[in-house]
Amino acid sequence: MGITFYLIAAITLAGALAAMTLKHLIHAALAVTVAFAGLALFFLNLDAQFAGFAQILIYIGAVAILIVFAILLTRSELPKEGVFSRTWFVGLAIAAGIFAVLGWAVIASAHALPSEATTPSVNVHDIGVALVGRYVLPLEIVALLLTAATIGAVIVALHEKEGTK
Amino acid sequence: MGSPLTGYLVVAALLFSIGLAGALVRRNAIMVLIGIELMLNAANLNFIAFWRYSPHPEALTGMMFAVFSIAVAAAEAAVGLGLVIAVYRHAQTTDLDKLNRMKG
Repeated sequence: MGITFYLIAAITLAGALAAMTLKHLIHAALAVTVAFAGLALFFLNLDAQFAGFAQILIYIGAVAILIVFAILLTRSELPKEGVFSRTWFVGLAIAAGIFAVLGWAVIASAHALPSEATTPSVNVHDIGVALVGRYVLPLEIVALLLTAATIGAVIVALHEKEGTK
Repeated sequence: MGSPLTGYLVVAALLFSIGLAGALVRRNAIMVLIGIELMLNAANLNFIAFWRYSPHPEALTGMMFAVFSIAVAAAEAAVGLGLVIAVYRHAQTTDLDKLNRMKG
């Protein structure tokens, strides 16, 4: 594990922490974009080029823009009571507990994890063949899901008719 | 740390916990959605890391799972943000502490 791992981990975690703590929504959206970029770097570092570029295209290109549009459309001013919920300590305690359990599981099973790293030689051609071969049914289901989600998002966000409120 | 996989798993666990804390603590519905996205991304990092250090990476299982997971997360973000916009148009707020009409 080299210096690149620690550098990318620092960028990703700093982006995620900033996204969850910054007051202004636009600042938080930009910080979460940094975290998405760090995750894309992680994928590229792990020799998963296709997933890394898909992450850049979908998350930085689409989801981040979608979040910015939602922030602009809802136009919420800063609440006077602060940006955190009244019961913030409960949420923080639950998250800390979950992290303690996950960390304990990872450390306890560290000796059983594989250590040798044979660099996989996977190119986009193999992924394409697998997508239309072994994984063709999930691909079709995802296509159906994306169509349904697009139509559903448009219908949900349509203007309400007057008098139906 | 013997295996490089341990580092990735710890980072993914931290990312998941940060996302969960954000989803539970923030008042704004959009920030809760961003927290959920971070949690999904932490799971994707685990899929890719396990795929990379698996004995048969040419089977592509973890990579495919991550790619499909990214597609499902994109659909989830679109529908979720559409719902937030619909709720805002109805209640003129995205503050989850004020959206308590169904509270008994």
